[in-house]
Amino acid sequence: MGEELKVIVFSLAHEEYGIEVDKVRTIERLSPITRVPKTPSFIKGVINLRGIVVPVIDLRGRFGLTESATTENSRIIVVAVADMEVGFIVDSANDVVDIDTDTIDLPPEIVGGIKAKYLRGIAKFGDNRLLIMLNLSEVLNKSEIIQLEQLEV
Amino acid sequence: MDMNAYLSMFIDESNDHLQSLNENLLRLESDPEDLSIVQSIFRSAHTLKGMSATMGYEDLASLTHEMENVLDLVRNSKLKMDSFIFDTLFKGLDALESMVQDIVQGGTGKADVTAIVASLQSIVKGDYKTTGASAVPAAAASGQQSGGLLDEFQTSVIQQSIDSGHNVYYIEVEVREDCVLKGVRAYMVFDLLGKNGDIVKSEPSVTDLEQEKFDRSFTVFAISTLSQQELETQIAAISEIDKVSVALLDLESLAMLNNAASKEQAPSAAPASTPASAQAESSTKEEAGKQVAAARSQAAASSAPAAVSKTIRVDIDRLDALMNLFSELLIDRVRLEQLSSEIRRNDLTETVEHMTRVSSDLQNIVLKLRMVPVDSVFNRFPRMIRDLAKSLDKKIDLVITGADTELDRTVIDEIGDPLVHLLRNSVDHGIETTQERLAAGKPETGTIHLRAYHSGNHVFIEVEEDGRGINREKVLKTAIKNGVVTEEQAKQLTDEDVNMLIFAPGFSTADKISDISGRGVGLDVVKSKITSLGGNVTVDSALGRGTKFAVQLPLTLSIISAMLIKLGSEKYAIPLTSIVETGIVQRDQILNVHGNRMIHFRNAIIPLVSLSKVLDSPDFNEHNESETEIVVIRKGDKWAAVTVDEFIGQSEIVLKSLGKYLTNIEAISGATILGDGQVALIIDPNALIK
Repeated sequence: MGEELKVIVFSLAHEEYGIEVDKVRTIERLSPITRVPKTPSFIKGVINLRGIVVPVIDLRGRFGLTESATTENSRIIVVAVADMEVGFIVDSANDVVDIDTDTIDLPPEIVGGIKAKYLRGIAKFGDNRLLIMLNLSEVLNKSEIIQLEQLEV
Repeated sequence: MDMNAYLSMFIDESNDHLQSLNENLLRLESDPEDLSIVQSIFRSAHTLKGMSATMGYEDLASLTHEMENVLDLVRNSKLKMDSFIFDTLFKGLDALESMVQDIVQGGTGKADVTAIVASLQSIVKGDYKTTGASAVPAAAASGQQSGGLLDEFQTSVIQQSIDSGHNVYYIEVEVREDCVLKGVRAYMVFDLLGKNGDIVKSEPSVTDLEQEKFDRSFTVFAISTLSQQELETQIAAISEIDKVSVALLDLESLAMLNNAASKEQAPSAAPASTPASAQAESSTKEEAGKQVAAARSQAAASSAPAAVSKTIRVDIDRLDALMNLFSELLIDRVRLEQLSSEIRRNDLTETVEHMTRVSSDLQNIVLKLRMVPVDSVFNRFPRMIRDLAKSLDKKIDLVITGADTELDRTVIDEIGDPLVHLLRNSVDHGIETTQERLAAGKPETGTIHLRAYHSGNHVFIEVEEDGRGINREKVLKTAIKNGVVTEEQAKQLTDEDVNMLIFAPGFSTADKISDISGRGVGLDVVKSKITSLGGNVTVDSALGRGTKFAVQLPLTLSIISAMLIKLGSEKYAIPLTSIVETGIVQRDQILNVHGNRMIHFRNAIIPLVSLSKVLDSPDFNEHNESETEIVVIRKGDKWAAVTVDEFIGQSEIVLKSLGKYLTNIEAISGATILGDGQVALIIDPNALIK
């Protein structure tokens, strides 16, 4: 039996994903986003999070999935990693679950169109539900953004 | 005792004392006869010694002690200052500074100071002129030097008691050789003294005495209601006390004792055994008078800080937190103002107006709290210039004016290095050598003026010297050689343009590279640093007569005035400092020059920059308008007109960073939060002018 891990579960394009609770600052409803020019298209802009300006990125766009219009259920999950605070737009944030670290398996090459390097692993929980654990520092890797920018130009 | 609690206080105060030592030594160097300066130097050194000994920094204390010995001789006119003594004292100061720095970094403050200590001791012995510093063996005077010496506080306590007519005694007690419980006997003496008065100081300390950490004798300074005779008999009546001598102290003997004690320790840690009164008698009256005066001024100085210390030291982080909280309040205020103008209820409007007034007062106070006099940066320059001038064998006066001008703490922290660069540059390249100056018919001593003053929302800092000035031909030659400009361009440059060339990266006209400056890194760094602070640097020079660098800095970096503008559905802020004016242009007034759009503006033709294009605006395009609002902005002496959709108005905005994820975004310098809670981006006007 491994350690217990508290995980926030959110959904993105019909898949369920997880982020460790201690990395999550807050979960917010969508608020007006101010566009920041000259940034990759998945960076939606910045929001005012109680007096702090926080950049928001669309996770679908970040993973190269098709972006869809936001709905009533859309949420912004603000995570704090390595001195950075960034908000993720997700389709919905559903649940907090405990998972056993032993049940996290290495991810296959590609899951739902997302490259394995963004993933920490896949965990099983509940009645055979699968949870894709994100590797946040890789998702927020800035050198990759710079490469992306160069590709776009 | 947990020393950590006092560590930051110790560091702050040591820095203060080191600074005042530095300043006063410099003053003394220019006026070696003024003994009152020696007094204040002595006081600083003495306090520093006391503090470091208390904190357990032995090396620091012992070095200060040696310096004190030298100063003491000077103070008593037994030694005349000369350049060797000054240099040694300055070296000592540097060593002290690096020790304190070491402590700041979490070190132990230990350093090898034997060489400096040896030089200091040779000065005390008076043989430095013949033998030189190195020949003197480093005596082991570091350990137990505090003898019968009183610290400043104790001295002043005793002086006050004497002044108010109490009896103060210097008591020496010796216990019997076969005494079994020395500690107990000592305690009994203390108990007796305590019942009839007060104990100011004992040597060894009370704790050491209680733990029997003494040989046979100990000395006590005590205030007592008993007479000398009574006291002596009562102490002698305690069993196993071998010998007791009680000496009544007056101001003169106190001063003598203090000096005697500090002198005695120099050669070895000899116990202060001579009765104080004997010494007082042996000295001439004239000398005693002088020392009483000295002692009095010492007392006056030690009581003075208590009267003026209405300030407290506050952690800068707390001020930052206060500032952040206030910023949020400011955002809410703007929001309230909006709401009240929508709701239109008189009592609400009045309340909001009142709150607006209060909060703008509050804003002033909060901003002022963060203001620090530039003196905290300037105060290290006199010493720096002295050392530089000495090493280059030039004669230079540094004249500082406006050191009390205040600037935001964040600016102060950043401005030091650029100023050091500018001053070094002035000393090295600006001021000529003594021979050159004389040949040019100038006074032998060069002068550097360092000025600071307020003007509008800015603070100006100027570095001006009467040196050789900027040589246009030489600058152009180097600029062409280094590829900064082409020869064709060079011909068209005005003198101001040429002067600005010295800020170009990789530029240096010094014929030879020196330690001080001339590696071609410097002025461009100065410029970029000052620009990053939202400031500006200009240079003004006359060949043969000197050069003036003027640095313009914003008062604060956290709240700025800005013009809010609209671009379709989006709102942006443009800092007011770079706006020249606003206006409207008709479509037919826009000229096309080489495919660039330009407009006439005040007898000049300036480029027209489309903000919507720069920012990829999704829902605004000025091409659809027949007349367009423009904001004319300025960067140095370059101007440009920026087209916008609509003006919203002027507002005080709080600067917020975009965070670490979004960095280096073109044309955007930060963000702010508007009254409606939305984020507006702040445009960097410097990026719009190419």
